[in-house]
Amino acid sequence: MKRIDAITEIAAMAKDSHALLVGNIGVPCKELFSVCDMPGNFYMLGSMGLASSIGLGLALARPDKKVIAIEGDGSVLMNMGSLATIASHKPRNYLLVIIDNGSYGSTGNQPTATSRNTDLAEVAKGAGNKQIRVVDTPLDLRNILQTMDHGIIVVKAEPGNSAVPVIKMSPEGILKRFMDISSRPSH
Amino acid sequence: MVNDIMEGSSTRLLSPTESVFKGIRAAGIDFIVSVPCINLGELISMVDEAPDIIHVPVTREEEGVGVCAGAYMGGRIPAMLMQNSGLGNSINALASLNMLYGIPILMIMSHRGIEGEPIVAQVPMGRLTPKLLDTMDIPYFIPEKGTDPADIIVTAWNVASSEKKPSAVLLPIPFWRQQA
Repeated sequence: MKRIDAITEIAAMAKDSHALLVGNIGVPCKELFSVCDMPGNFYMLGSMGLASSIGLGLALARPDKKVIAIEGDGSVLMNMGSLATIASHKPRNYLLVIIDNGSYGSTGNQPTATSRNTDLAEVAKGAGNKQIRVVDTPLDLRNILQTMDHGIIVVKAEPGNSAVPVIKMSPEGILKRFMDISSRPSH
Repeated sequence: MVNDIMEGSSTRLLSPTESVFKGIRAAGIDFIVSVPCINLGELISMVDEAPDIIHVPVTREEEGVGVCAGAYMGGRIPAMLMQNSGLGNSINALASLNMLYGIPILMIMSHRGIEGEPIVAQVPMGRLTPKLLDTMDIPYFIPEKGTDPADIIVTAWNVASSEKKPSAVLLPIPFWRQQA
């Protein structure tokens, strides 16, 4: 499975459940934008490593909303402490999906530590997380997404980027559109 | 500026920690991430015990910047309790997240490595902190004698909120020496 296949499944579920969806820096954000642009998508254009942290802050601030963050192996490796912080709070409305393709895709597919000996599901478990699943096909991901509403999913994917266009929104425009949904109380 | 609380018929001065907490309340801050400093110990405990403030201890300040950004997007008013050394851990996120999108955050910093510092390793970042904030065009505020520290917390948040960027309050070692 390619990363964009995983993103397609995640976005479809986010759309159905009216979730807030945080996209990861670089090509993953562009892939999300191309497969399913929605007002509830936050495209994180910088701050590598912080998608899981932004998602955690959102989930804690909005316990009434489902929150999903998409991470990569390279970005989780950059902010592994986030897995411990998530385990300490374990919000029941927060799903973290780590798409692990063993490479820094947006910078030319340099291998990450997960292409060698590091197992991110074990890292997440060691950090104290209880709900962890590992999948490697789009169908399995779809099925897990339908049953699992919080915790961490590690999606094993192949390296490689899709030929997708750049996001045609300003950072201010992304934030405003997102916050019109994310900061408004639900009724 | 009067800075006291009534205790029956007598009044007593607020401690530095109580003044900062009063400012946090007055600014409406309801979401706090923290990385400890010895000078923030009592404040972190007070925040943790406040039922109407969400407190998230984080592993690193950069992580806290991300958590605060998410909380702000969720409608909360966020602040980070930190040592100034953590500014160095946060710079990319403050620039490529907060400044890029226009997301405010208030950094309440114990400013180490300056007057009265016993630990030599604190000195380089202590001296660099104001210069780094200047370079990043992050407004910062320092309590002066005779003023209420609570007021600068409110001012600093108001600046962050209206300018949609980070701001900071620097609380140096002599400030904490007034602690009872």
